[in-house]
Amino acid sequence: MSTMPAELEIHTHEHYLNASYGIRSWLLTTDHKRIALLYLASITFMFFVGGAFAVLMRLNLLTPEGEMVSAETYNKLFTMHGLIMIFFFLIPSIPAVLGNFVIPLMIGARDVAFPKLNLLSWYLFITGSGFALYSAIAGGVDTGWTFYTPFSTAYSNTHVLSMAAGVFITGFSSILTGLNFVVTIHTMRAPGLTWYRLPLFLWSLYATSVIFILGTPVLAIALLLLGLERLFGVGIFNPSLGGDPILFQHLFWFYSHPAVYVMVLPAMGVISEVIPCFSRKRIFGYKIIAFSSMAIAIIGFLVWGHHMFVSGQSIYAGLIFSFLSYLVAIPSAIKVFNWTATLYKGTISYATPMLYAFGFIGLFTMGGLTGLFLAALAVDVHVTDTYFVVAHFHYIMVGGAVMAYLGGIHYWWPKISGRLYPEGWAKLSALVVFLGFNLTFFPQFILGYLGMPRRYHSYPAEFQVLNVMSTAGASILAVGYLMPLVYLIWSMRYGPLAPANPWQATGLEWQTPSPPPEHNFEQTPVVTRAPYAYDEMEEQRV
Amino acid sequence: MQQLPLFPNRASTIGTGVDHLYFYLVGVSGFFSILIFTLIFVFAIKYRRRSPADRAQQIAGNVPLELAWALIPFGLEMIMFFWGASLYFRHYQAPRDAEDIYVVGKQWMWKLQHPEGPREINELHVPVGRPFRLILASEDVIHSFYVPAFRIKQDAVPGMYTTEWFQATSVGKYHLFCAEYCGTNHSRMTGWIYVMDPADYQNWLSGGAPGESMAAAGARHFSRLGCAGCHVPDNTGRGPSLVGLYGSQVRLVGGRTAFADDSYIRACIMTPSVNRVANYPPIMPTFRGVISEEELSQIVEYIKSLNQGARIQP
Repeated sequence: MSTMPAELEIHTHEHYLNASYGIRSWLLTTDHKRIALLYLASITFMFFVGGAFAVLMRLNLLTPEGEMVSAETYNKLFTMHGLIMIFFFLIPSIPAVLGNFVIPLMIGARDVAFPKLNLLSWYLFITGSGFALYSAIAGGVDTGWTFYTPFSTAYSNTHVLSMAAGVFITGFSSILTGLNFVVTIHTMRAPGLTWYRLPLFLWSLYATSVIFILGTPVLAIALLLLGLERLFGVGIFNPSLGGDPILFQHLFWFYSHPAVYVMVLPAMGVISEVIPCFSRKRIFGYKIIAFSSMAIAIIGFLVWGHHMFVSGQSIYAGLIFSFLSYLVAIPSAIKVFNWTATLYKGTISYATPMLYAFGFIGLFTMGGLTGLFLAALAVDVHVTDTYFVVAHFHYIMVGGAVMAYLGGIHYWWPKISGRLYPEGWAKLSALVVFLGFNLTFFPQFILGYLGMPRRYHSYPAEFQVLNVMSTAGASILAVGYLMPLVYLIWSMRYGPLAPANPWQATGLEWQTPSPPPEHNFEQTPVVTRAPYAYDEMEEQRV
Repeated sequence: MQQLPLFPNRASTIGTGVDHLYFYLVGVSGFFSILIFTLIFVFAIKYRRRSPADRAQQIAGNVPLELAWALIPFGLEMIMFFWGASLYFRHYQAPRDAEDIYVVGKQWMWKLQHPEGPREINELHVPVGRPFRLILASEDVIHSFYVPAFRIKQDAVPGMYTTEWFQATSVGKYHLFCAEYCGTNHSRMTGWIYVMDPADYQNWLSGGAPGESMAAAGARHFSRLGCAGCHVPDNTGRGPSLVGLYGSQVRLVGGRTAFADDSYIRACIMTPSVNRVANYPPIMPTFRGVISEEELSQIVEYIKSLNQGARIQP
């Protein structure tokens, strides 16, 4: 930032990082900020484990015959990649790291409503991660992250049970986190912080928490039934025991489709913070954006069957799910238009979080629009279970959620670490990630319409050129993801000290020093105006 | 390396409609992508921090504008919805004159049988210009019968029948893929669809070893398994007669009625206790685990042959 504010002070105050030292002070902490950092370290580790699986997969796909690893190994690679990235990185990413860190700060509270429960959530997450890593090391799982029956209950000879146990346990971490957030947002807002003064990040996390609480138990039920059938032969899903394999898909997607919104709603929340800040403007259509988060959370529960248009479910059910899928796209479209309109007549600076936000809008728009292809019943019949779907959900979950996560990490990094990161490197990383991402996943849309099925260890030779392009992109993407890891760690020690409010942002979290003191605020702040009052702030500065 | 393909070849009647809808989707999403990207790019340049652009008269919201960008996309979406749905219903409702082909998926191969008798593995020969309905079953896990050039795909689910149909429009050799992950050699569960000139097809049909028809094989199983002991044609046995069953309405215990299609016949054989016919004692044993999917499909074809002329939707 070239405009260092006048109130810049070097903070040598006592804060949450130097309040106490030693491993016990971290592992037994109930401070939401420290718990956020525990999550940050653990999910970053899981991200790079999951990423390593992806790199091996992409390398194997360089040649049509898939000579690098065996089919068995390949199947385990994509299974472990999906499971680790979804359950142990994406789902906890923004809520458990950024949400945990900033929710109390944003509402002017000392902590979340149930600090001990918050720590328990992290231990559940770590226990679940332990099961997942054990499953990977012990030999892996080959069911695909979807655990479809009867393959997972009767045919797979891999570590399905320990993996399912890991996902099951981690689910409780989500439920407790969701509960904590809902209660915190309801009961601990600072005086004057009415619902319509809440930052949009909080609206989106509120909607996410509702999904956590209502959806995750259904996944737990599905996994429990899967375990019963696999362990004791109780016939629930396997037709040779009298079960129904499609029932599993209904139960699985009833959670796992809303889980997509768990990944993308918080991402939308981050973008709704970043764009007004670096446009120096009020966000366009605050209430519509807030309500569209809630609409996505609610309608998102009613679209799971669009994963099953060729599964043998009733074609009339398909009709309903197609219609509702089109309906759920509208609130997302509204948000994209509103972010774009926020830029109009703004005063835009291209700081790193803003570059990530631009990247998010571009990639999320493409991910959302290709979702319209998949909601169109007859087109879905052709492209479901092909690389088209793989490309689509990576545009949403990596192009969307991971871009926003990185944008959010950069945005709040000065608050989290008390240090500034090297702006030049950070901008370069945003650019590398954007380019690498598109080169990796855009060719997969074409592969999908050409008919290349997903989860293929080997493939017909005519698909090779596009696969080589995708692998080339993945290697660029890997560099883009490693860069922040290096310079952010570097900045924790060598970065310049951050002022309390380096971006001149309006949120309450910027009104306390960086890093914040253990109890966040010296005095409970009082809120007197709507969020994103950047116009008033600019007038005061003039 | 091969050349860079961008669009798949197309060889079925339904494929044309699917591709046209696809082009519409590409058009709409292309338009909105370019619109959004252009706006972001223009705003980001024009209103960059140091630019002197006019920033007077800020707006914080505009209800008519927001309604417009909710309703216009919704209208465009409804076109996708109805168009996609009407093609989808076509994809599942085979024409009355479609000929049946039985497909059994198992780890990791496709076994196909024509009613006239010829069996194929990982290959399917069909003539151009005639509709075929595929009746899919699975011996183990879920598979999916996918022919990209026909733009059709349907899961083969253990424990039930599913169907899809096609009518090929041009002679050639097309990929067959298993599209639902089914274990270690999923990516090897592939094959070819040979669409032939009608004359060539006749040659191919008569060229193979003369095998027995599916109905004849089914009749053999029918007597071997003792079915004929109860299901006597003149309705004097302990079970109902099966003559004329296919395509009829059956009264079940409890007052329900069932429509006797392929799935119903299958269910009666595999889970007879669920589909008890009214006025008959519950003495039929289940044949689950006793007969293979192929034998089952032959028995179904035999029972269908007892009502020649019936041609129904599953």
